[in-house]
Amino acid sequence: MIETMPPAAAAPSSQAVTSLRGRHLLGIADLTREEILLILDTAEAMKEVGERPIKKVPALRGRTVVNLFFEPSTRTRTSFEIAEKRLSADTLNIAVATSSVTKGETLADTARNLEAMSPDVIVLRHSMSGACHLLARICRSRIINAGDGMHEHPTQALLDAFTIREHKGRLEGLKVAIVGDLAHSRVLRSNIHLLNKLGANVWVAAPSTLMPSGIAQFGVTPTTRVDEAVRDADVVMLLRIQLERMQGNFFPSLREYFTLFGMTPARLKLARPDAIIMHPGPMNRGVEIDSEVADGSSSVILEQVANGVAVRMAVLYLLAGGEA
Amino acid sequence: MPVVVDTQRMGRSLARMAHEIVERNRGVDELAFVGIRTRGVPLAQRLARAIRDITQVEVPVGSLDITLYRDDLMRHTVGPQPLVRLTDIPFSIDDRKILLVDDVLFTGRTIRAALDALIDFGRPRAIQLVVMVDRGHRELPIKADYVGKNLPTALTQSVRVRLDEIDGRDEVVLEETNHD
Repeated sequence: MIETMPPAAAAPSSQAVTSLRGRHLLGIADLTREEILLILDTAEAMKEVGERPIKKVPALRGRTVVNLFFEPSTRTRTSFEIAEKRLSADTLNIAVATSSVTKGETLADTARNLEAMSPDVIVLRHSMSGACHLLARICRSRIINAGDGMHEHPTQALLDAFTIREHKGRLEGLKVAIVGDLAHSRVLRSNIHLLNKLGANVWVAAPSTLMPSGIAQFGVTPTTRVDEAVRDADVVMLLRIQLERMQGNFFPSLREYFTLFGMTPARLKLARPDAIIMHPGPMNRGVEIDSEVADGSSSVILEQVANGVAVRMAVLYLLAGGEA
Repeated sequence: MPVVVDTQRMGRSLARMAHEIVERNRGVDELAFVGIRTRGVPLAQRLARAIRDITQVEVPVGSLDITLYRDDLMRHTVGPQPLVRLTDIPFSIDDRKILLVDDVLFTGRTIRAALDALIDFGRPRAIQLVVMVDRGHRELPIKADYVGKNLPTALTQSVRVRLDEIDGRDEVVLEETNHD
C-alpha cells in the first residue's frame, strides 16, 4: 500500500511547542517566542474554565502552592490564589512585612523552611531584584516570579499580551507606547522582552529623570515627548509613578507630571481611534492617568485583571501540571 | 497496515448511527452533541448534519477538551503536560440528553474524564456514548451506546481514525506498534 503524505494542515507546525523548557518562570527574558505563544494559547482554554458554572478543574489536585509575598500586593496575590484554586491546588499564603527582611539571609532561610514542607510551587514577590533566581538555585520547588524588585514581573507582561491579542488579534507590527515611571518598573522590563519577541513596535516615554540610560539597547524607541510616543499608537500602556521606590526628586510635582505626561482625553486623541488603554495597577488617578480615560471606552484595565487569572492558570498548569 | 474501515464504510456507519440516535430517543428535541477533542468534534458535527437531513432539526454541537480532567496528568506516563485546548459548549446541558462523541473507545479513561468534565457544566438528563470504533480492553466499567465498528484488537496494536476535516481522508487503520 502506498502511504501518501498527510496534507499540510495536519502536519504539526515545526515551531509549535507543547511544554516549557524551564522548571521555573523567572522572567520573560528566558522564554522563547514559541513558549510565550504556548502560554497565551493555554490561557485561552483556561479563560473558558472561568466562565463555567463550576469554575474548577482537577488538574493540580494534590499539589501545594505557596504564595510568598514580601511586598504588599492585592491584585497579583489574589489573582494567583484564584488561579491556584480553580486548578484545585492547595494554597498557602505567607505575607511577610518588608521591614522584617534583611538582604538575602532571611529569604534563603524562609525558603529552606518552606521547602521542608515540600510545596510543589512557590510564587514569590520580593523587593529585591534577583530574589526569584536565588530561590530557584536553592529550592527544589518550581518558582514563579510574581515581581522581583525592579527586574521582572513576567505574569503581568503575559496578561498584557493576552489582553492585547484579544483586542487586536495579534501583536506583530502594533505600535505600543509605554508611558510612566520607566526607571523603577519591572512591568516595563518584562513587557519590553515580550513585546519585542512577538514583533511589536515599542515606544517608551518618560521625563529624562525616569528614563533608564541605555534603554534603546533593548530595542525600544525612547522619547521624552509623550505625544510622539502616543501618536498613532495601537496600545497605550501607563505605568504607575512609584513614589515608594523613589529616593529624591525626579520631577517638580505630581501636578506637573500630570500636565506633561498624564494621559488625558486630549492626548489620547493622538492615538489610533481604536487604541486601547492599559494600566497594570494600582492607578494613581490624576497623576499618570485622567479618570475620564481610566473609565472611558478605550480602557481595558479591568479586562487585564480578569485575564490575569487565566494567564496564571496557564503558567501554573504548564509548570506544575506534569510529573512531579 | 490494514485499512479496516474505508471512506464509504465510515459514511454508512455514521448514517446508521444517526438513524439509531433518532430512533432510540424518539425524536431529537432534547438532544445535544458534545465531541471530545480532537476527532470527536468533526464526528459530532457530521452526525448533527446527518440528523438534520433526517429530521430537519438542528441539534447543537459543542466541543470538550478533557486534558485538565485526565487521571494520568500527575503521573510519569504523560511526560510533558498535554496541550490544553479550548472547550466550547455554547448551550446549557441542564436537562438535555447529551450525546458524547469520541473516535476510539479503548480503556474508557478518556470517557471517565469527559463524564467528570460534563457534570461540572450542569446536570444533563442523560449522557449517551457514541464512538466510531470500539477496540475493547476496557479498564473501567464504561460501555458505548452507539458503535460505528466493533474491532477486536490486541494490546500491541493501535487503532487510528483519520477524518477528512483533520487528516485529509476518512479511514480507520489498525497498526502494529513497536515496543522498545
